[in-house]
Amino acid sequence: MTVSLRRDAPPAGSGAGRGRGPAPQPRSVRLLNKIKKGGLPYLFLLPALLLELLVHFVPMIFGILISFKQLTLFFIRNWTGAPWAGFGNYHLVVDVHGAVGSALLHSFFVTCAFTVLAVGLSWLFGTVAAILTQDTFRGRAALRTIFLTPFALPVYASVIIWAFMFQYNNGLVNELLHNVLGITSRPSFWLIGHNSFFALVIISIWRNWPFAFLCVMAGLQGIPRDLYEASAIDGAGIWQQIRRITMPSLRAVHQVLVLVLFLWTFNDFTTPFVLFGASAPSPADVVSVHIYQASFINWNFGEGSAMSVLMLIFLLLVTAAYLLGTSRRRGENA
Amino acid sequence: MPRKRGLMAPPPSFIWTRRIVLTALSVFALVPVYVMVSSSLKPLQDVTSTFRWIPSPLTVTPYRDIWYTVPLARYFLNSLIVSSAAAAASVAVAVFAAYAVSRYGFRGKRIFTTAVLSTQMFPGILFALPLFLIFVSIGNATGIPLYGSRGGLIITYLTFSLPFAIWMLTSYFESVPKALDEAALVDGCGPVRALFRVVIPAALPGIIAVTIYAFMTAWGEVLFASVMTNNTTRTLAVGLADYSTQNNVYWNQIMAASLVVSVPVVAGFLLMQRYLVAGLTSGAVK
Repeated sequence: MTVSLRRDAPPAGSGAGRGRGPAPQPRSVRLLNKIKKGGLPYLFLLPALLLELLVHFVPMIFGILISFKQLTLFFIRNWTGAPWAGFGNYHLVVDVHGAVGSALLHSFFVTCAFTVLAVGLSWLFGTVAAILTQDTFRGRAALRTIFLTPFALPVYASVIIWAFMFQYNNGLVNELLHNVLGITSRPSFWLIGHNSFFALVIISIWRNWPFAFLCVMAGLQGIPRDLYEASAIDGAGIWQQIRRITMPSLRAVHQVLVLVLFLWTFNDFTTPFVLFGASAPSPADVVSVHIYQASFINWNFGEGSAMSVLMLIFLLLVTAAYLLGTSRRRGENA
Repeated sequence: MPRKRGLMAPPPSFIWTRRIVLTALSVFALVPVYVMVSSSLKPLQDVTSTFRWIPSPLTVTPYRDIWYTVPLARYFLNSLIVSSAAAAASVAVAVFAAYAVSRYGFRGKRIFTTAVLSTQMFPGILFALPLFLIFVSIGNATGIPLYGSRGGLIITYLTFSLPFAIWMLTSYFESVPKALDEAALVDGCGPVRALFRVVIPAALPGIIAVTIYAFMTAWGEVLFASVMTNNTTRTLAVGLADYSTQNNVYWNQIMAASLVVSVPVVAGFLLMQRYLVAGLTSGAVK
């Protein structure tokens, strides 16, 4: 033990060790110091880099490899020995006439609709709430705490609470819509059938709008006060100020916020998984759960990985297009 | 920071819009919280029949029963160990990375920051299985049990909060004047001592905020918890599903347990929200 410790010791302080050597060459010492200095930031980054490689990048490369393999339960014990499938998995999952492909396409459209609705409304609620709480008034601090609570709860706990509220017999939603307000003539099923899509959207909004609120609130603090004072002297009312000063100033915040919300919502696994389990009802069958089912329930990892890779490519393309588009527009307006 | 938008008082149309919208949003935000708290105080027959707004009779037995129906204490302990260790390790790693990014110019800096942030984009489902296989292989080759152990989960979770932690801490460190640690360097401190003596104390609120954020990330994660844990290492995120059996769903106990597992993170989050906003602001201003 002691021996190995001693052996490990030199690399950490190698520069100092050699510097103290019998006849130090001034030039080499300088060079060593330079390397030490130049290498220091890399040394600081090393742990972060290694961990990201281990957990994100290497598995992702393996994931891409697996998508070209015929990896089923049969080969899982010896997964490197699974036969290559070429583009077989990809052919299967993009063939919209086949069962697997058409199910994936349906799932993709469901995810897009879910993402657009959930991101749009989360963004809207968060922005409106942040702008309305920009001025000081009584109870503002309490409101902020209330608004942030949904974001603070663990996701699975929130989804479980909502699942209870959406129950057919004993849930709050049916009690409210049917018995109290009388909007629906009969209680509805929320966790199966078409309503399950809306249940998913509502939960996602409830969970994410506080994050939009938080970001816009932070963005509002960066707007100089003089802008408002100057415009007030010029006779601008509060609605005009919101339209002409607040909204344009928030553009940079909105650019990042919408992107982050998009990626979170599109990739969201926890909400549908806790709400529906491993197999979601068809109207709410979003891609993440769809892939989970293909991989861990049907034990076809090659297919599941091919789907994941396609999903990642889609996300990369959308992100690149979005950043290009919004940056250009920002450039034009500046 | 209190501020008034203009010099005049806002018109009634604005005041009324504000009242109505903010009330509606508060109701939306709080109804599930109310359902959780009130249902956790009801006897079982009151949560299996039509929903009642006001719980009567009140009972606290669900709070006692939750510990017996399911090994909740074990799940709780597992979650606590995994989340604390992941948060501490994540912040320790992020502190050094953020220090390098904020204080040094070096080749590949942009690539590093972009690559780290881009991991946020990866669908977890894409690397869940390969990571699982890699952990199993490492375990078979070296005897270090990563799959099914808390260690594997800790390593996984710490990387989930790492990108955000590095990003936030970089912006916090940049708000600490460089002259401060340069003075320490001139006084003969090494860079590491300058970091610990000067930069970290000055950015302490940010470090606490990021630690709590990392803790929350680990506490709420479900996918990897369901793939990577076994009976003894199961965390709350998976364990709460155990309250639904084939015969009965103990909704009152589920609500009580949800409340118990939420308290640590909600308290932490509400305590640090001020620092989180400050960090986001300086990040946005950049």
